[in-house]
Amino acid sequence: MKPAPFEYVRARSLDEVFDLLERHGDDARLLAGGQSLLPTLNMRLSAPEILVDICGLEALRGISVTGGTLRIGALATHSEVRASAAVSQNAPLLAQAMPHIAHPAVRNKGTFGGSLANADPAAELPACVVALGAELEVAGKAGTRSIPAADFFRGLYETALEPGEVLVAVNVPAHAAGYRSGFSEFARRSGDFAISALAAHARFDGDAAQDVRLVFAGVDIKPVRAAAAERLVEGKPVTADLLAEAKGRLADDLDPSDDVHASGRTKLHLSGVLLERVLLAMAGAA
Amino acid sequence: MTGERDIELIVNGEQVAARIEARKNLVDFLREDVGLTGSHIGCEQGVCGACTVRLNGEIVRGCLTLAAQADGGEVWTIEGVSDSGEIAPLQEAFIERNALQCGYCTPGMLLTAAALLRENPAPSREEIREYLSGNYCRCTGYQAIVDAIEAAAPKMKGAGS
Repeated sequence: MKPAPFEYVRARSLDEVFDLLERHGDDARLLAGGQSLLPTLNMRLSAPEILVDICGLEALRGISVTGGTLRIGALATHSEVRASAAVSQNAPLLAQAMPHIAHPAVRNKGTFGGSLANADPAAELPACVVALGAELEVAGKAGTRSIPAADFFRGLYETALEPGEVLVAVNVPAHAAGYRSGFSEFARRSGDFAISALAAHARFDGDAAQDVRLVFAGVDIKPVRAAAAERLVEGKPVTADLLAEAKGRLADDLDPSDDVHASGRTKLHLSGVLLERVLLAMAGAA
Repeated sequence: MTGERDIELIVNGEQVAARIEARKNLVDFLREDVGLTGSHIGCEQGVCGACTVRLNGEIVRGCLTLAAQADGGEVWTIEGVSDSGEIAPLQEAFIERNALQCGYCTPGMLLTAAALLRENPAPSREEIREYLSGNYCRCTGYQAIVDAIEAAAPKMKGAGS
């Protein structure tokens, strides 16, 4: 189907974006890669009056490392993030998640920031940035602020972005010595949204995991940390028995609903399978 | 503002200018305004791959790109990459291996395969399947398509712009 008619403006500056958002309010939508927005418009789930194309804002592009922080511009495409040596060296979890995001043609246009601002519950990147303890840099007319990833995802397609604000970059603490990451996902077909996905991050002392973060996507309206399973695993050598026990604790934090892809029980079961596979792989990694 | 927009872009090496509705997507623009009907529409959600075209050197979904976003850019469609000879080895292999029946998915398959081979000149069958997993075919069952891309890969090395 075709979208309802709208106006289109190519913004030349962030100030112009802020003015347009202030003037049009809810009738305006930001357009970055458009790989989530345009399907929504095509299906007429949304009918904004004006699209503000921010793709020309050079300041939102680019990937760089300064000191101990990897900075990914909101307009970096998934393909750029995937190809980036800075990302694979400083945030290998993102490199692990990238192949699961849609397909090449969508990755060439879809953006890192766009995926985060859209906050689809089954998207891979929100879980990843929570697992990495990233900070999301947000700009508005009043200035810039930094929001911890754990506080950014509020609900179904709902983030901490206030009206008139734009996500400009994501700052990720660079991968420190001893840390390992793991990512795995169940989807019906390659590139589909996750039925369950796990973004895991931990420091390994021998085969014992410390500072464990286990963040699931696809099982709730936003990324969920399996806090009980994390506490159970913390500081102990990773063994099959420990993981079986951790699986049993998932239900403390995960309460997936039935959906078109799987029942809540199946999702919970699959989440446990992912937990075992990912942590075993991380423990076994050199 | 009227919901319309003037755009100028290069399509298959030629300058094109048009006035279009802002909501018009790139594949509709190419098909209706430029007359290039080789790119097809299947889902308008970006999952089937039939609308795949090359924008500014990269494959994109024509149904998830506004024509307005291509203003000032360069687009190559199946017609262009076929006429230039860039994908001749792929086309020959598709015919030899019976990798098309109705042909609806084929332009998207060829453009995606060309992009794969540019990135990875000697992909495994698994890598071919993974890269082409965003292009749906209802006729062939995919095996012949994988065969054709695998067979064409050595001949595509060094070819193309």
